[in-house]
Amino acid sequence: MAHFTKATSVHDWLNQRLGIDTVRRVMATEYWIPKNINFLWAMGMVLAITFGLLLVSGIFLLMYYQPNVATAFDSVNYTIMREVEFGWLWRHIHGVAASVVFLIIYIHMFTGIYYGSYKKGREMIWISGMLLFVAFSAEAFSGYMLPWGQMSYWAGMVITNLFAGGSLHADGLVEWIRGDYVPAQAFLNRFFMLHVLLIPLAILGLIGLHFGALRIPHVNNQDGEEIDFEAEAAKYKAGDKKGSKVIAFVNDFMSKDMMVVGFYLIFFFYLVFFHYDFAMDPVNFDPANGLKTPAHIYPEWYFLWSYEILRPFSTDIGLIAFAFAQVIFVLLPFLDRSPNTVPASRRGLFKYWFWAMLVDMIVLTAMGKLPPEGIFSTIGLYAALTFIGLWIILPFITKSEKKA
Amino acid sequence: MKELFILVVVAVFTSITYYLVEPFAHSQMHHHIESEGFTYKDLPALTKKGDATRGKDLVMGAGACTGCHSIEVAGMPAPMDAVSASGAYGVNPPDLSNAGSVYDAKFLAALIKNPAHALMVEHKFDPAKGQMHPMAQFYGAGGDLDQEVADMVAYLQSIAPKGEKLTPKMAFETACGRCHAVHYENWTQIGEKPKFKKKQDELAFDTKVLDYQDNLRKYMGTLPPDLSIYIRSRGEHYIKTFMENPQNYLKGTAMPRVGVNAEAAEKVIEYLEDSGDTKRHEREEVGKKVMVYIIIFAIFALLWKKQVWKELH
Repeated sequence: MAHFTKATSVHDWLNQRLGIDTVRRVMATEYWIPKNINFLWAMGMVLAITFGLLLVSGIFLLMYYQPNVATAFDSVNYTIMREVEFGWLWRHIHGVAASVVFLIIYIHMFTGIYYGSYKKGREMIWISGMLLFVAFSAEAFSGYMLPWGQMSYWAGMVITNLFAGGSLHADGLVEWIRGDYVPAQAFLNRFFMLHVLLIPLAILGLIGLHFGALRIPHVNNQDGEEIDFEAEAAKYKAGDKKGSKVIAFVNDFMSKDMMVVGFYLIFFFYLVFFHYDFAMDPVNFDPANGLKTPAHIYPEWYFLWSYEILRPFSTDIGLIAFAFAQVIFVLLPFLDRSPNTVPASRRGLFKYWFWAMLVDMIVLTAMGKLPPEGIFSTIGLYAALTFIGLWIILPFITKSEKKA
Repeated sequence: MKELFILVVVAVFTSITYYLVEPFAHSQMHHHIESEGFTYKDLPALTKKGDATRGKDLVMGAGACTGCHSIEVAGMPAPMDAVSASGAYGVNPPDLSNAGSVYDAKFLAALIKNPAHALMVEHKFDPAKGQMHPMAQFYGAGGDLDQEVADMVAYLQSIAPKGEKLTPKMAFETACGRCHAVHYENWTQIGEKPKFKKKQDELAFDTKVLDYQDNLRKYMGTLPPDLSIYIRSRGEHYIKTFMENPQNYLKGTAMPRVGVNAEAAEKVIEYLEDSGDTKRHEREEVGKKVMVYIIIFAIFALLWKKQVWKELH
């Protein structure tokens, strides 16, 4: 048993029992981050803040939302939007944050791809990040069911139908997922549970894993330089802050994070108050009606690229392509055969691969929303084939890459 | 500066994606219809100057308007209750107290002369096939038809509330409220649902609404939708251009052209905003304050960063 002495202060009392000085040192003041970074390195903090906004606004919404097919729609659009003080504010924050969080996730992801931050010991950071992406996708989808509008209902219908597996006709599985033949009360209840309990729990756990995965390999830097963290930290602690290649998480890194967060929040709250429509589809302001299919059914913008990989093909091939698109990003650290951990701009063919992938995903996103007719469906087909092709050639072009 | 360049790259790709997914995709999915400003160019202009006194006699005259329409401001009650009227005509004929300020004068004149034409429902009411519009055409009281119609319009305008006196609710009730419920505003097709002390009375009222809706469904082919949050699901532009000419969007729809004038259309929109976007003023107000707060926050964050990083560079 540890030896306890009479505490000289509250701080000392806590320190003897919780070791708060050690925690602070390990987690903050002596948690070392490379100095050679740009604002894209703050996206993690931006995501954490956005997740916090989602959590807090979600808790407030949860106090009035009713998971019942007869009352869900009005509990959102009447009770929360009209009756509850500032209910509209919480809803708009929740809706806009749910959309913006994916923008930041994609920026965060492409930053990682560009700077090679998934290599040389950082594989678990990438994998846990992709698991977070999957969890956030499930969270977004389940949340989208809850207002029980037309798009909730029909998106729920279309997406759960995918589990029939095309020619496999696994209709029993679809019914099991829905708890009914069509989306109805059982369906709404279970998606409510998933949205407010199970998936948030998974997200919290995965965030812990994601942070933990950073600990040993450390954060990457703008040049992919391998830094001797111990030596550089010693330099920093000896007072040579200017010469050291590392900075402390608190306050050095945090002050830059907060600056980026500050500018980000200007953008975010502008959207919340003055430009929220993009995140709240008008079609979902019509109550769910199983007898009336909307003219255009499309997912929210962040799912469009994978939806478009599903759409241009026949059912079975489409499903295989869709499944491919869902898992392939996770495998990036193993498909990239090059040992170079440097920005894409210094990596030969990979440089072109990166920009081609980015542009292709934007094209897929646009075509996923447009009606699949004429030129749009042709562009969509080629963009989907390009996506698959790019992943197939990735091991080959990275294998032949020269040492940078 | 490198960071600024990176920011520009991120902003450009984000903007392109936004443009393609939102404005561009929507322009491809829904064809854009320009408002004509509620001018009803297809209808002939009024050539005669109306006289309200003569108009009164015509409107109140035998076989004219008050056979079916009530005019409460002039003390004319409805000949039937709403449910019976909907049984007889399909939809309850409107009270004409506000008609003069809700409807465009040209439209009113054209309506009196040929309802199916003015309402743009000739595809549904073709006299050659024996499909008569429930509102009978006015063939004239013996004088000059155009003069008589102008007089009737002048009378309806003389009794109607002007300017601010016509509230958004009155405009909505006259123009839309006999077919569309707005349950967020407690509005039913037979009027505002009162608070009842006895459950029996409430059930009796609800039964009347259901009976009315059954008649309406028969007449229109489907029950016209509840408009509680149409301002969010359709938006102002769509609603306005739809009111102007429903055939623009739904070829062959049973919904008639409403014929409201531009001011009344604004009021209808305001009513729908009160129902479906109730907190818009609060949103603007709070929005400005939050923006000021967050800009100050960002400035302090910037200053903090500069101070901390002074020692690092």
